[in-house]
Amino acid sequence: MAESRIAVRKTYKLYIGGAFPRSESGRSYVVSAADGTPFANAPRASRKDLRDAVRAARAAAAPWADRTAMNRGQILYRVAELMEGRRTQFIEEVGAAEGVRAPRAGTLVDRSIDRWVWYAGWADKIAQVLGSVNPVGAPYFNFTIPEPTGVVGIVAPETSSLLGFVSRVAPALAGGNVVVVLASESRPLPAVTLTEVLGTSDVPPGVVNLLTGLRRELVPVMAAHGDVDSLDTWGVPPELQESVEIAAAEDITRILRRPARVSDARFDWTDDRAAERPEWIAAHLEMKTVWHPIGI
Amino acid sequence: MGDGQAIPWEYAPAPESREVVKLRERYGLFIGGRWVSASDGETFQTIDPSTEEPLAEVARGTAADMDRAVRAARAAFRRRWGDLPGRERAKYLFRIARILQERSREFAVLESMDSGKPIRESRDVDVPLAAAHFWYYAGWADKLDYAFPGRVARPLGVAGQIIPWNFPLLMLAWKIAPAVAAGNTVVLKPASTTPLTALLFADVCQQADLPPGVVNIVPGPGDVGMALVRNPGVDKIAFTGSTEIGRRIAAGVAGSDKALTLELGGKAANIVFDDAPLDQAVEGIVNGIYFNQGEVCCAGSRLLVQESVAEALIGKLKDRLATIRVGDPLDKNTDVGAINSRAQLEKITELVAAGVAEGAELYQPACDLPDRGYFFRPTLFTNVAQSHRIAREEIFGPVLSVLTFRTPEEAVEKANNTPYGLSAGIWTDKGSRILAMVRRMKAGVVWANTFNRFDPTSPFGGYKESGYGREGGRHGLHAYVRLEDR
Repeated sequence: MAESRIAVRKTYKLYIGGAFPRSESGRSYVVSAADGTPFANAPRASRKDLRDAVRAARAAAAPWADRTAMNRGQILYRVAELMEGRRTQFIEEVGAAEGVRAPRAGTLVDRSIDRWVWYAGWADKIAQVLGSVNPVGAPYFNFTIPEPTGVVGIVAPETSSLLGFVSRVAPALAGGNVVVVLASESRPLPAVTLTEVLGTSDVPPGVVNLLTGLRRELVPVMAAHGDVDSLDTWGVPPELQESVEIAAAEDITRILRRPARVSDARFDWTDDRAAERPEWIAAHLEMKTVWHPIGI
Repeated sequence: MGDGQAIPWEYAPAPESREVVKLRERYGLFIGGRWVSASDGETFQTIDPSTEEPLAEVARGTAADMDRAVRAARAAFRRRWGDLPGRERAKYLFRIARILQERSREFAVLESMDSGKPIRESRDVDVPLAAAHFWYYAGWADKLDYAFPGRVARPLGVAGQIIPWNFPLLMLAWKIAPAVAAGNTVVLKPASTTPLTALLFADVCQQADLPPGVVNIVPGPGDVGMALVRNPGVDKIAFTGSTEIGRRIAAGVAGSDKALTLELGGKAANIVFDDAPLDQAVEGIVNGIYFNQGEVCCAGSRLLVQESVAEALIGKLKDRLATIRVGDPLDKNTDVGAINSRAQLEKITELVAAGVAEGAELYQPACDLPDRGYFFRPTLFTNVAQSHRIAREEIFGPVLSVLTFRTPEEAVEKANNTPYGLSAGIWTDKGSRILAMVRRMKAGVVWANTFNRFDPTSPFGGYKESGYGREGGRHGLHAYVRLEDR
């Protein structure tokens, strides 16, 4: 290889409704590698971008929820297949973003792929685990089925650029929801690369929408948005948590909080016991109970 | 008949005796297993809404009293209750269920006196269901290991619970039974217009020898409830009431680690297709909106009728309305009792006036209302548009708004066109259509060919702005536990 070759750099973009736009605001911010070297410009999404993303998500919500559970599971598994094919690229990017050496980055990427597979398999089982037939004291057939809440807003973990991101997004999708995710502010790039995988997978446009940008700017807008049905606040900085929940209270948005006494920075995403939880699927589900008389 | 003509024959009055209830002149707060006065000695009066006569003086809790109650609950949780074997907790709950059954008449009469609901409903619905809730959750207390596969269920600690005035005893049971079964202790704030059955329930706790502090009851107005919400010693808040207050409560726990479940308002669509058994549907519609004077969060307050049967159905409904008996809640023949409070009566009156002003067509049967007390005629509005206030706002009274539709798509769109999503009804003979509609309704409870059914094993709760979390069933238990790894 000739040493004089100049590498082709990538312009990182948002992912909204299956397309890869820059921010409508024309703004970007500098993302640095873990050692502080400026690395790339990431789009600094605006509130308008966020509203566009929610609109794209809403349009995709009903068709995604209406697919058969097995089909959703297959589509999610397909993402893992494609991630495996880009394993080397992910290892490089996670290593650069998080400042870890290749073996550690390799573990984080492998776990991300495996986690995706774990949640993919839940798609057609969660209804059986959480649903029920209820023995009411009268002649009625009475059953309870889980349904997706709709549009889930996710503030992804700040430190774990890929594994943390996958661990928050996959449970919402497995439950049949669509998502608008705010990537880690300081380490957004592996998530952006994941959207390139999603864009070429079978995940329908609008099911996952990714924004990069400043949390203090976007989180309050996401929390107050009337068309966000459920909110995963894992990556919300502690100083914003209260105001976010107050904003979400206005239209009774569901909230999935980071567990008490768990810090975002310290959480070990490679601990499968701690990070693979059907409760995180359940948090974005509604239970629908149906009554019908029994008789001839 | 029809056209609101009074029925040509009369029932003899059949009043239930009040003798079974021994009202005290004054009730205290129930904290740590004892009766105490409010910290500032204040009291308030609770009245019989059917006569406007005072029933009793009740101690009015303060923020300091809430704190006292939370500390008593915390002490009981630490000292004994949280670690008590589930098998033993279960026995206390079974005892409570039995005592409620044994004293059912007393509870039913007192409930009707304090809330205004007909004795027929308190006797046949509220009290038996309340007992059934304790019975159902009693059996979970020693089976928590089987409830959540792969997980250990731990109690949250102290649960603060705020309940509304429409089903005072039943809502108490919905709140206390699962909480206590899972090993939590509770501080309950009953509604300020209906504290008496909760205070009588304190007596049941004493009879059952429930350890002091496991159940604490502090009546008072809304700001006392907010003091409970904000109290740092509380681990979980459960609220049933309006969406407006639900917002304030959700904001009140913001930034804390408190768990929260909300059961809020509703504006349920009751959808009748042209192949529905119309006579059966009429009974379901009547039960859906006039049950408990319509003071039901899941009431079927929007009737959506397929256009081809609208005229026939509305005719039958008007005939049926003419036979509804409004009056003394303690009369066993009464269908619709008293509205719970003057304030609620005024709200209903205002919204009905808005319906008339906005151009909907009012129908009320020409029945006599008692001279005293808060009564409102069963009301039916036709020519209602989606934009009318009576089609959008929760009225919480015996007021039905009738809209029509032509296709199932239109029915779904109209039904879901509301910020609420608590309940819905579907009437049709076609099973596949029921299931298709069920899937598309954004509502937590869907009644097909029936309405307003409840059961302790059946999860209840809303979508959208009707709140989050479920009560009843295994799902209701989930709201009172923290799941840990095995």
